Amino acid sequence: MLNIQDIVFYILAAIVLFAGLRVITARNPVHAALYLVLAFFTAAGIWMLLEAEFLAIALVLVYVGAVMVLFLFVVMMLDINLDKLREGFWDYAPLAGFVGILMAAEMAMVLGSKHFGPERVPAPPVHSADYSNTAELGRLLYTDYVYPFELAAVVLLVAIVAAIALTMRRRKDSKYIDPAQQVRVKRNDRLKIVSMPAEKESVETPAESQGEQA
Amino acid sequence: MNPIFNDIYAALPEVFVLTMAMVILLGDLFIQERYRFVTYVMAQVTLLGAAMITIATHTSAVGYAFNGLFVDDPLSDLLKLMTYLAVSVVLVYSRGYITARGMYRGEFYVLVLMAMLGMMVMISGQNLLTIYMGLELLSLCLYSLVALDRDNARATEAAMKYFVLGALASGMLLYGMSMLYGMSGSLDVSQISNAILNGSPDHAVLILGLVFVVAGIAFKFGAAPFQMWIPDVYHGAPTSMTLFVGSAPKLAAYAMTIRLLVQGLQNMVHDWQGMLIIMAVLSIIIGNITAIAQTNLKRMLAYSTISHVGFLLFGFFSGTLNGFIASMFYVASYVLMTLGGFGIILLLSRKGFEAENLDDLKGLNNRSPWYAFLMMLLMFSMAGVPPTIGFYAKFAVLQAALQAGYVWLTVFAVLLAVTGAFYYLRIVKLMYFDEAEDHHAIRTSPDMALVLGVNGLAMLVLGIFPQRLMELCAYAVLHSVQ
Repeated sequence: MLNIQDIVFYILAAIVLFAGLRVITARNPVHAALYLVLAFFTAAGIWMLLEAEFLAIALVLVYVGAVMVLFLFVVMMLDINLDKLREGFWDYAPLAGFVGILMAAEMAMVLGSKHFGPERVPAPPVHSADYSNTAELGRLLYTDYVYPFELAAVVLLVAIVAAIALTMRRRKDSKYIDPAQQVRVKRNDRLKIVSMPAEKESVETPAESQGEQA
Repeated sequence: MNPIFNDIYAALPEVFVLTMAMVILLGDLFIQERYRFVTYVMAQVTLLGAAMITIATHTSAVGYAFNGLFVDDPLSDLLKLMTYLAVSVVLVYSRGYITARGMYRGEFYVLVLMAMLGMMVMISGQNLLTIYMGLELLSLCLYSLVALDRDNARATEAAMKYFVLGALASGMLLYGMSMLYGMSGSLDVSQISNAILNGSPDHAVLILGLVFVVAGIAFKFGAAPFQMWIPDVYHGAPTSMTLFVGSAPKLAAYAMTIRLLVQGLQNMVHDWQGMLIIMAVLSIIIGNITAIAQTNLKRMLAYSTISHVGFLLFGFFSGTLNGFIASMFYVASYVLMTLGGFGIILLLSRKGFEAENLDDLKGLNNRSPWYAFLMMLLMFSMAGVPPTIGFYAKFAVLQAALQAGYVWLTVFAVLLAVTGAFYYLRIVKLMYFDEAEDHHAIRTSPDMALVLGVNGLAMLVLGIFPQRLMELCAYAVLHSVQ
């Protein structure tokens, strides 16, 4: 007999599978990216069912909120020629299909309910309502797993350094002015006072009239 | 004492390298172009300091830190020392090359040091999580180093191929690790081993996980049939990056294989033996046969790497402690040979000219008898000609395979090694018996000349007196692997 949790799980799982399939079959890359957003949302829902609230929210915030939006920007900005990308698809399809089906069959043999069914994998213990998943996660991250946590920080730093090293260019024709230099400028650097002998008759010159207008 | 201090004490070399990498990253911003050598000196000081810390904190006991995520055993100490040495030599060799090509920037040193940190983490990883983190740290740095010469279309293409295939391999490795975790309920290498020993996990699922893990390891080593990236990346990357990609990371790959296959999955030895045999034989065939057809020196050395990896796996699949010791000796000698080989290519390159074709070596003896002699030693060593270290390394792994009863495989490997000698000796012939086409004087800095000389002569000296290095390898393996 299905209880409400099972029903919700099957609905969410079906949506995830559908969205995942559409990610790789959608012809339009923007549609594919949007289906990936859908897949992330429903995966977050499944994590909610597992009482992993923090991870579910982090998935939505980080992946949907930041990564996928950035990804959509990139997809929209690039001029992707789909026909060129699909060129040669059918040449390789028989071999790729054969290998793919073979691997899928092997995995299906091993990963079925025989090895991962409910009788093999015990259900996680049910926690009381005041149990904080976030607090537990934080405690583990900053105590038992502080070493890989720090390493993850180093990986992020490497990503920053590498991204800057690979993309930052100092253009020679750049009009950029250093603000510090700009602030430090003295009156004498910009303004040159030329003492000129006074003239007897004042003559209207074009330069003067311009200055007055300004 | 607070337990965290014990943890940090065990991981002191890593902490030091990371701190110094940060210092170099920030300090380099304030250094003027003409004082840029300070960055280089600081990177070398970092390596020296890390080596001193590793030696000073060395014990022959196996120590764990960070709740068993980190292991400090003689094996990790020795491999780390070899890594420092290899990276230091890489920095010496590549300085002139990257200066001439506008890559002499602080980021190069930061990325190299971070990559080395990744290797150190892999070497000391006692948990699937740390091994994977170290691998990712190393790989990310390598991808960006290959692409560092931004206006070079070939380097960018190589980096792209490396990145896509590397990401795929990391995914496979991770998938295999998740299977192992799912079946044993632990990420800890020794607990996985215990779980398998107690026979609770399902064998079929473990095999599936093992296949993916072996595929990931094979990719990182560059063993056939996962060797596709090696020729393209070695050929396309700037030579100084090829030198780095081809040398030190193999030490980390060796450590990863020991940790995952030998320490974690030792009770499945009969399952992974067969896989490694296929990979070793394929690597030796593809490496040695394809290298004959190459006209590009970097590509030829890439295929030679594949064949060396095949030989190295001979020590692993024999499944004995002797085999692991022989493999470690092989890795050490391979790293030395690769450093020297690419060092000569770097030496012959100059601003606006890449010496990467076999023809560029023609008549090297007339241009510089000393460097021709060094290159000859290196080539003899790669081919496995007796008085050099390469011979002894091949001898040791084949002996281990023979002791484990693989007579036909050993005969086969020897036959292919003889085939492979052809393309190494062709280089010797080009250097000594052909007329030079390129008559530019070979200019180099004194430190590079000195290190290259020592590197070349080490082939001969370590080949005649291999006992010391062999004893070190034996000491490290015997005190770390039960």
